[in-house]
Amino acid sequence: MVAFVLAESPALPLHTAGKYVAAAYVVAFAVVLIYVAVMAIRLSHVERDLGELLALSERSEQEPSAPAMAADPERESVLP
Amino acid sequence: MYGKGLRALSISTVVAMALALGLVFFYAPLEAEQGFLQKIFYVHVPLAIVALCGFVIGGLFAIQHLRTRDLRWDMRSYVAIHMSLIFGVATLITGSIWAKGSWGHWWVWSEPTLVSFLIVFLLYATYQPLRFAIEDPERQSRYASVFAVTAGAFVPMNFIAVRISTAYLHPRVLGSTSNLPGPMRLTFLISIVAMALLFATLYRYELTAKHTRQQVRALRRRLAGEGTSAPRQGRSAVPSLQAAGAMSAPSSAASSV
Repeated sequence: MVAFVLAESPALPLHTAGKYVAAAYVVAFAVVLIYVAVMAIRLSHVERDLGELLALSERSEQEPSAPAMAADPERESVLP
Repeated sequence: MYGKGLRALSISTVVAMALALGLVFFYAPLEAEQGFLQKIFYVHVPLAIVALCGFVIGGLFAIQHLRTRDLRWDMRSYVAIHMSLIFGVATLITGSIWAKGSWGHWWVWSEPTLVSFLIVFLLYATYQPLRFAIEDPERQSRYASVFAVTAGAFVPMNFIAVRISTAYLHPRVLGSTSNLPGPMRLTFLISIVAMALLFATLYRYELTAKHTRQQVRALRRRLAGEGTSAPRQGRSAVPSLQAAGAMSAPSSAASSV
């Protein structure tokens, strides 16, 4: 398969133009790659924010049960 | 949601890009004058076309925003221009590399195609600072839309002006696609489709990410006991969807964009 592709391929970068062509394609894909990397960093921030929000919502769910627990001293707490 | 269909779009983009690259390097014949260097044409020109179309699309979304006052259109306009700027950077760099290989200079100021694209790029480079300079979200979105419409109208005018100019110093491989031989034309058209799909995928990706971040912020405010319509903290160039209560899932017509 590789031999077929190489046999069929036109003059691949073997002369002076090759470095310019390679540079142009590398730049085009590097720009996209940088963009995707930036988006990945932002996604990790969103993930962190969602984790904080989940913790906040769990805390706010547990808060209303606190007076009830205080009223019933026999009840065992599962809170750390 | 904005993310609907993103997977299918991403797969189509990968397939189209692979096909385009295969055609560029294994199918399209070498051009007689420039030889292998002409392969840059298949990445540089589609990048430029898609970037310019993105600017125009941003202007069309801005018209919709001014007509409807729906902030989702402002967000779409903002993201389209944002993506076009990224594509514009790639266009300028690949063009510069092509110029160096073809003419021996990184930049030629006497060439109208290069300079006109730079002017358009610099014009749009002021879009984000303009947004950032205006604190009031309502005014910010309105002024930004007026800018996007005006600049969007400038893009085709600029293109026509360059076309009717008489200088042909730019390594113009084609006047139109009809001048290209069959295999080159096919490769070029598939390269444009692949680049347009890449733009569409990144556009949807960015839109989904921005919408998700704003939803997370709204949720944080709600859990903290503030209303979701509370004014945003600090200054930002990014449109705020919360002012119009647009944080709910977008309508089916709107989400199809």
